[in-house]
Amino acid sequence: MNFNKNIGLFIPCYVDQFYPKVAIATMELLEKLGCKVTYPMAQTCCGQPMANAGYERGTVGTTKHFLETFRDFDYVVAPSGSCVLHIKEHVPAVPGMEKEQKAIQDKTFELTEFLTDVLKVENIKGSFPHKVGFHSSCHGHRGLRLGSCSERNEPFFSKGKQLLEQLEGLEWVELTRKDECCGFGGTFAVTEEALSVQMGKDRLEDHLVHGVEVLTGGDMSCIMHLEGIARRNKHPLQFKHIAEILNEAIS
Amino acid sequence: MSHPAKASEFLEDSAKSKWHDETLWFVRDKRDTISKSIPEWEQLRELASQIKDNVLSNLDSYLVEFEKKAKANNIHIHWAKDAEEHNQIVLSILQQHRCKAIVKSKSILTEECHLNPFLEENGVEVVDTDLGERIVQFLNQPPSHIVLPAIHLKKRDISEIFHEKLQTEKGNEDPTYLTHAARVHLREKFLGAKVAITGVNFGVAETGEFVVCTNEGNADMGVHLADVHIACMGIEKIIPRRKDLGVFLRLLARSATGQPITNYNSHFRSPAQGKQIHIVLLDNGRTTQLGREKFKNSLKCIRCGACMNTCPIYRRSGGYSYGSVVPGPIGSILSPGLDLKKHSSLPFASTLCGSCTDVCPVKINIHEQLYEWRQEITKDQGTNAKSISMKIANGIFAVPFAYKVSGAIMRGALKILPDSITYSGLNTWGKQRDLPETPKETFKEWYKKNRS
Repeated sequence: MNFNKNIGLFIPCYVDQFYPKVAIATMELLEKLGCKVTYPMAQTCCGQPMANAGYERGTVGTTKHFLETFRDFDYVVAPSGSCVLHIKEHVPAVPGMEKEQKAIQDKTFELTEFLTDVLKVENIKGSFPHKVGFHSSCHGHRGLRLGSCSERNEPFFSKGKQLLEQLEGLEWVELTRKDECCGFGGTFAVTEEALSVQMGKDRLEDHLVHGVEVLTGGDMSCIMHLEGIARRNKHPLQFKHIAEILNEAIS
Repeated sequence: MSHPAKASEFLEDSAKSKWHDETLWFVRDKRDTISKSIPEWEQLRELASQIKDNVLSNLDSYLVEFEKKAKANNIHIHWAKDAEEHNQIVLSILQQHRCKAIVKSKSILTEECHLNPFLEENGVEVVDTDLGERIVQFLNQPPSHIVLPAIHLKKRDISEIFHEKLQTEKGNEDPTYLTHAARVHLREKFLGAKVAITGVNFGVAETGEFVVCTNEGNADMGVHLADVHIACMGIEKIIPRRKDLGVFLRLLARSATGQPITNYNSHFRSPAQGKQIHIVLLDNGRTTQLGREKFKNSLKCIRCGACMNTCPIYRRSGGYSYGSVVPGPIGSILSPGLDLKKHSSLPFASTLCGSCTDVCPVKINIHEQLYEWRQEITKDQGTNAKSISMKIANGIFAVPFAYKVSGAIMRGALKILPDSITYSGLNTWGKQRDLPETPKETFKEWYKKNRS
């Protein structure tokens, strides 16, 4: 398969710094699926941590830099629902770049939705014989609507499940609370530390009682938080970004 | 105390906070099940939202129409610009009727005005007749939830309170037994009150009537036995037509408790012979909120409490952690409009997970308003430590070289610093969570070696 478009790989700053393996998996996965992928070296952070802390107005410079870095690509793809939601919905308007800004927002995609909706990936050949629990990040789930939300009266869908179910041997585990927040929430993880950790423990418990071996999802920020609590409490769970599972399974 | 401090306090009793979370999750789950039994649920929400939009855009003319129709029905109308005026109006009606004891059904608006302590200071005995509200009243506490006022208490707590206040058997926790005792106690209060106060769920502009929804029938019991009915109503409670009630009554109880409808939906249109009905219409900051473009649709709220039941923060921190009359997500977007400084931690008591917005029966964009209040609060706070660090961060992210250097320092520091420092109180992240392992190279470095 050849996808004749230029894809700009947008890697969240903390993934660049702490989880290069997730960025590598995303890159390799897209390449295996026939994409031409470039990582523009000038990229930094999308500005989300500042905006969510109440300083959106201070992120015009960061946003302008983002737009200039990614303006020439056909698509911008990121292994993060949260950062993509920020680019699409929360960045401040950059004076003089309004039209361009809208165009870039429209061509920016979270990885799983890019795979299911743009590449229309249907027949992944690969296997991953494990019991997998999927953590839907709130920004991806209720923000970008990557799956049906338990609060709403709507037919079931899940872009993550749609992809993972194509893998041979993978057992999708149903959770009791299908899409409850893990408690990461950016600065919330630190400013409301006690609540954040309790919410994380409760999410982990749901995966553990259902016999999950590998906890996955589309946002490393949630996974970093959950993995941090699991390690501290010596839980036997493995943690992988969905890009890592798909990339491993295909090779 | 700020929200984080009170939340950690609540979490200290881990068995109780887990029970609180599970109890409210059970209510949320019931709401999910029943809402999915209505195929047109999402259209109903949309319709309710649009009716409320129409109301907020034409509030002035609907209020005038409501007043005109109500007066024609022999109802007395009073206008109160704030809580103080509201309380004075209520007191003057009581004084006219030489009334020293009243019964009151559930009304968050009277909580907002702190009516109970005001009347008590003026020599009036106030009895809240909703069972949950009576329980918290015995404890001298405010409600911890707008629909389930005593949800923070367990059967055992209630048994102890009733033993002390109503002389029930010590240790008897049987709900039927306890409810029966409350019933006997309240019956006596109902019979003795000349004036009954209720809230208002919906005021119908077209007819001048209003509707009060309860599960216990306590509003009706109070009103029908008293000579005077005072209904305390926020100006945003107007709906245009009687037929609009069909939309809201279908949504209200399903969203609140997962019931198909509240047990009593009582319509009050004109007083019986020899009796009086008064409506006190309260502003108390509502017109100011209406003038705030980003926040005005918080006034659509029909007080179902669904956002509290779904909120992962509320469920684990309890209603009192918010320190505001209306707690939870909706309280966190209403309260800053009343006192920004006092409630500045509330919009941050959220992960912006968006569940509140998705359960809201009138589609208030609650989590987006939480985000917007954060922007207002930081402007109000001016220059402090956090705003300086955020400016530095924006400087770093706008300049790729600075970002690279600071990233290298950050990762280097994690490697070099001993655990005792990274995991000490200085590092809040590390208190109960491990930090990610530091990789040998960043993705940028990998990419340079492998792809360019």
